[in-house]
Amino acid sequence: METETREAVIGPGEEVASGMPQLDPSSYPNQIFWLLIALVAIYFVLTRIALPRISSVLAERQGTITNDIAAAEELKQKATEAERAYDRALAEARAEANRISEENKAEMQAQLDRASEKAEAEIGAQQAESEKRIAEIRDNAMASVEEVAKDTALAVVAAMGFEADQSQVDDAVDRRLKETA
Amino acid sequence: MAEQVAAKIAESGTDAAHATAEAAHGASGLNIHPMDQFIVQPLFSDGPVGMFTLTNATLWMAVAVICVVLLLVIGSRGRSVIPSRAQSVAELSYSFIYKMTEDITGKEGLKYFPYIMTLFMFIVMANSLALLPMSFAPTAHIAVTAVLALMVFLGVTILGFVRNGASFLGLFWVSSAPLALRPILAVIELISYFVRPVSHSIRLAGNIMAGHAVLKVFAGFAGALGLFAFLPILAITAIYALEVLVAFIQAYVFTILTCVYLKDALHPHH
Repeated sequence: METETREAVIGPGEEVASGMPQLDPSSYPNQIFWLLIALVAIYFVLTRIALPRISSVLAERQGTITNDIAAAEELKQKATEAERAYDRALAEARAEANRISEENKAEMQAQLDRASEKAEAEIGAQQAESEKRIAEIRDNAMASVEEVAKDTALAVVAAMGFEADQSQVDDAVDRRLKETA
Repeated sequence: MAEQVAAKIAESGTDAAHATAEAAHGASGLNIHPMDQFIVQPLFSDGPVGMFTLTNATLWMAVAVICVVLLLVIGSRGRSVIPSRAQSVAELSYSFIYKMTEDITGKEGLKYFPYIMTLFMFIVMANSLALLPMSFAPTAHIAVTAVLALMVFLGVTILGFVRNGASFLGLFWVSSAPLALRPILAVIELISYFVRPVSHSIRLAGNIMAGHAVLKVFAGFAGALGLFAFLPILAITAIYALEVLVAFIQAYVFTILTCVYLKDALHPHH
């Protein structure tokens, strides 16, 4: 008993003296036993809890990232579409504006043409009437001049002491007027 | 002297190791015991270390398990699309190991991803926690790393035979080499295959142990140098930074080698 205890106690002591506690076999069963317990504990915890959880978190994150990228892609596409629609609407609006402006211009031109035509026609009519009236006036004036000339000539002839023949004087005056006319 | 020491040990129980170490080193001027930090001691009782005894190794493995749970379970509790800091670290480690497994072993290897993740998280956590002052480094113990490596080795070997049958032996038959060389290469391949768990485990334990021992040695210098202690303290700072790197890199190396071995089991033909 005594020697056994001694050996059990001195055994490691001698190993230490020789340098390396690692080479003392009396501690091996203890270390190996607790090592196996520790490994089993870690393995159990890892396979039951930690690894599935971390793996699911990583997968979830990957999924989230993929979804986010897809969503971003979709939004980008929508933005592009919206831009295209906007451009198209803008182009349409511009074309419409051009068309309306052209129409207006044409209409205005037409109205203007019509108005100026009418004005010209009116002016022409007025002019014609004026000319007619002027001609009338002139004719009247000419007739008056003839009469006055005939009367005057008759008077002049009478004043000069000649017996004037009405028709002779008239002929003379007519002849004379035709020469001057 | 030896009798005195023995008597002292018999009395003091847990301090046995320290006492003996002191007795062994006591004569020299510098009182540095860089390896004492690796002694496995019971936490509550003063007895020998039995199989189920709660020891400092138990404690720090448990702390590692708790930290893994805190990081990966509590950290990811929010399940938010925009992660918190803890959640993004958890996701980062998940994606890191997942991608490594997928890149090296292909889609078939992903079935074993939880175990690879377990290995990585345990090692990286144990390595990092071991850098806390007064803590204990389970991964500096060859017993621990050997079990980790042997589990990978046995698992991969069994998996290779179950999946590929006898054609798994094609792993050792280098069909791209000249026929005359193939038997020789097969022997070399076979030897290298069985050396795998050895290098796999010793690489991790050796790196962690060496780093911690060096830190302890410099700490001992700092204690002995008095006013000039700032020099070793500067060195400790630099080495500590390196050890932080090593803690991660060794976990990474262990994991990536596991993936490579797994790939050999899934696709044994060169």
